[in-house]
Amino acid sequence: MTVSVRIPTILRTFTGGAAEVATDSGTLREVIAGLDASYPGIRGRIVDDAGQLRRFVNVYVGEEDVRFAQGLDTPVPAGSHVSVIPAVAGG
Amino acid sequence: MSLPPLVEPAAELTVDEVRRYSRHLIIPDVGMTGQKRLKNAKVLCVGAGGLGSPALLYLAAAGVGTLGIVDFDVVDESNLQRQVIHGQSDIGRSKAESARDSIREINPYVNVIVHKERLDSDNAMEIFADYDLIVDGTDNFATRYLVNDACVLLGKPYAWGSIYRFDGQASVFWAEYGPCYRCLYPEPPPPGMVPSCAEGGVLGVLCASIGSIQVNEAIKLITGIGEPLAGRLMIYDALEMTYRSVKVRKDPECPVCGKNPTVTELIDYEEFCGAVSEEAQEAAAGSTITARQLKDMQDAGENIFLVDVREPNEYEIVSIPGSVLIPKGEFLSGAALEQLPQDKRLVLHCKSGARSAECLAIVKNAGFSDAVHVGGGVLSWVATIDPSLPSY
Repeated sequence: MTVSVRIPTILRTFTGGAAEVATDSGTLREVIAGLDASYPGIRGRIVDDAGQLRRFVNVYVGEEDVRFAQGLDTPVPAGSHVSVIPAVAGG
Repeated sequence: MSLPPLVEPAAELTVDEVRRYSRHLIIPDVGMTGQKRLKNAKVLCVGAGGLGSPALLYLAAAGVGTLGIVDFDVVDESNLQRQVIHGQSDIGRSKAESARDSIREINPYVNVIVHKERLDSDNAMEIFADYDLIVDGTDNFATRYLVNDACVLLGKPYAWGSIYRFDGQASVFWAEYGPCYRCLYPEPPPPGMVPSCAEGGVLGVLCASIGSIQVNEAIKLITGIGEPLAGRLMIYDALEMTYRSVKVRKDPECPVCGKNPTVTELIDYEEFCGAVSEEAQEAAAGSTITARQLKDMQDAGENIFLVDVREPNEYEIVSIPGSVLIPKGEFLSGAALEQLPQDKRLVLHCKSGARSAECLAIVKNAGFSDAVHVGGGVLSWVATIDPSLPSY
């Protein structure tokens, strides 16, 4: 049972350029661990050393920002779309 | 959620204006009233660069009566790949003045106000106060948080957009009716973690994709039509050619627009965004010299190799004599290490000391154990050694 994860340009160096990758469903914590198993290092760009979601990276399950749900414990059921949206400042 | 029109209509349109704006006037949703609102509107665009260029051009063409432009920079050849408001003959000119001239050519009925200064905590409130709406076309986190906080404190809406390589984001922040930028991104990334367009590049036309969304939203807010992008984040992927939107919630704990705000006046945004990493702090401890010490080393003919780790445009504005430019990105990628001599003592500097501290950590790890950096950077050099040089 998989979920799809949208990878922003800035993190595609980890996924060999792939914009969307699949991983197993579970909690968001498990989804990110699954991602890191396939693409080592990507977890550290989303979660800080203390294990918290970085404050300048937003993760959405569907349309919902997980910071306003249950954070890393947010359930990500099979078939969900997860988006990782980092802050960028270019203009 | 639709919002009331931001601007009252002007008394009338002239015959010339009716002719010019006829394609707007025959849209029922805009009509005479909407066009009169645009005529009465005062919009400030912060930055006449990648996003500001298309935004200003379309705001002018649309008939926004008063357009303010904040930009302290000058047009560089590398800007012309995307900053379409400037032309070849504008290279070296003030961006604000160059943009003003383009606007006059497109629409002589626009009153253009040029603010040829860097937006900072001392001038932002005063500059913003005269405008109905702000368009954020800035290129760094510090100014973005500054624009946000000033808008929240003044109760003004702003059309926000941000770009990197092939990715764009846009939203409308108006704390009176929804979330602000800090609700979306509570904290900036640490320096060095997220490259700027100057470091990572940007597809030129992406500026138009996002800048046009900002203008679209500005027009909707001014005239009170449609569904504003407040409370939503539009995410554009130019490679996949997808637009997606996600919800942005108002954070009740937001330090500036939440229930118990802790930011009640403008703060030091360079400090807020420029805190150096622990590695950099460690590297800099005991390995930081002053501008005066650097001058003494140079005068004594010491065997040093002075590296400026800023970006080329900054180097152009002002540089320390004898410095070699190797931008920070080349330290992060490792490419810089090949260019560094093994038989000289490395002295690194940047604008104010944050980026050179990051680079210092890298070169020390690579074995340049006696390397140092200049605390306060080129700004300190200008202040203490050669005040005839420009600060920026």
